[in-house]
Amino acid sequence: MNDPMPPLQPAWRRYPALFAALWRNSITREMQFKTNFLLWILVEALWFALQLAFMSVVYGHTESIAGWNRWQVILLVGCSHFIQQVFTAFFLTNISDISEHIRTGRLDFMLLLPVNTRFLISFRKVDLGAFVNAASAVGVMVWALRNLHHTPSPLEIAAFLGLCVAGLIIHYSLMFLLSSAAFWIVRAQGVVWGYYNLFNIARIPEGAIPQGIYRRVFTFVLPMLLVSNVPAQTLLGTLHSPTHPFLLIGLSLACFAVSEWVWRLSLRRYSSASA
Amino acid sequence: MGKYLQVFRIGIQNTLVYRVNFLFRAAIALVPLTGTLYLWKSIYAGKAAGADVAGYALSQMISYYLLTTLVDAFTAVAEDDWQIAADIKDGHISQFLIRPINYLGYRFSLYLSGRSIYTVVALVPVSLFVFFLREHLVLPASPLAGAAFVLSVLMAGLLQFLIACTMALLAFWVLDVSTFIFIQFAFEYIASGHLFPIDILPRWAAQLLMLTPYPYLLYFPVGVYLGRIEGPDLWRGLTIQTAWVIGGFFLLRWVWSRGIKRYSAVGG
Repeated sequence: MNDPMPPLQPAWRRYPALFAALWRNSITREMQFKTNFLLWILVEALWFALQLAFMSVVYGHTESIAGWNRWQVILLVGCSHFIQQVFTAFFLTNISDISEHIRTGRLDFMLLLPVNTRFLISFRKVDLGAFVNAASAVGVMVWALRNLHHTPSPLEIAAFLGLCVAGLIIHYSLMFLLSSAAFWIVRAQGVVWGYYNLFNIARIPEGAIPQGIYRRVFTFVLPMLLVSNVPAQTLLGTLHSPTHPFLLIGLSLACFAVSEWVWRLSLRRYSSASA
Repeated sequence: MGKYLQVFRIGIQNTLVYRVNFLFRAAIALVPLTGTLYLWKSIYAGKAAGADVAGYALSQMISYYLLTTLVDAFTAVAEDDWQIAADIKDGHISQFLIRPINYLGYRFSLYLSGRSIYTVVALVPVSLFVFFLREHLVLPASPLAGAAFVLSVLMAGLLQFLIACTMALLAFWVLDVSTFIFIQFAFEYIASGHLFPIDILPRWAAQLLMLTPYPYLLYFPVGVYLGRIEGPDLWRGLTIQTAWVIGGFFLLRWVWSRGIKRYSAVGG
């Protein structure tokens, strides 16, 4: 006896419910290995401390870098870490898993589910430890603002958060795009690792990079130099012109569109790995 | 000896498969490095002309980073620690225990083969990079500095292997060693002089670090090459480095013998 399939709920109710279920799974999974969970938080905190230590050492020898003083740069490093950790929380594991889904043929199974496959792949797991690290980044930013005796207005804070989301979309889209390369080359994990390496550029004050090909590539093609510089400048009130925020938002939409286009193209080309 | 040479040969063949991967890795690592160099250039630009940072002129600072990149390509472990940990976790080392071959010797041969291939492949992007910055590349400060540099780079390679191997052997005791490897790596990143030369730190901090094995992985060989470490400091450094290599060797042997007693061949 076959029961007819129950009618699907509308998307606006179905997707939040799915997302909540995925969260519950992640929490259960993480709590199975509590020590490991805590150690990973420590690892990330250590790397963050390392970046801050580097900047402190550098500022022991100089007053300003490209017009940024010590606390402004600390805020920039904090902002960069914040965006990176929120990215890690939601997307990093999921995106690095894509090539495994393809290699093992698990993607076939996901394609059959009555849900947008990209949604499922992108939000499967949540890295809860990263939220702790994101919170410590917020702490560092507040600390820097205190030392600068600068209190951003609510509007500036709202703009900051909006621009952080734009930066997040850029990281997500570009990394998703690169990992779609897994459809062509089976071992695409190296590509994802490589992109993660580029995160390092985001914490350099943008003015320190001279005009030239390097600056152009990392502003317009892989906008690493905008991703945390623009939100940080918004919070600091040192943004000179409105072009940069618009550029950041425009590029985030463009990156998302391109990644969606390549994703569909890749799926059309996909012919399953196993079986 | 013959069997280890054979392992080295097989290692070469196996790693050749990853040559494109290596090329990509070596090239991408230059992107953040370029960023760091720009950062330094702009720091120097903000100072009075001819001013230095802890005795480094801009040109020397750039040479420092170029040389660390070269030494790093030549000595750094790539996948060795992960593979050793996996061998233990999956029980693959059982087969080495019943064969007339020393597992650590086997791993060392593989490390050497991996480094040979990596150095050759990385030479392509790295030499291009060095070529663009060729005015900053200097010769060794003196013939003695050059000889001491070669010696200390070789010992740095040994130290790299010993540290990575010892960390990986923790897999005898814990299920997942990756966090420990990353924590160790974070210390190494700052204390080896990867991020910045150790001697721009306050004097007490630099001297304290010089007692740990880390500066002898990068900072010390490069400092010797540039002639910043010379005279009694050079001899003291070489002595400490040698002591760490010998100490590290015995530590590794000890951890190995303890670990192997605990080993229960899970899944083997």
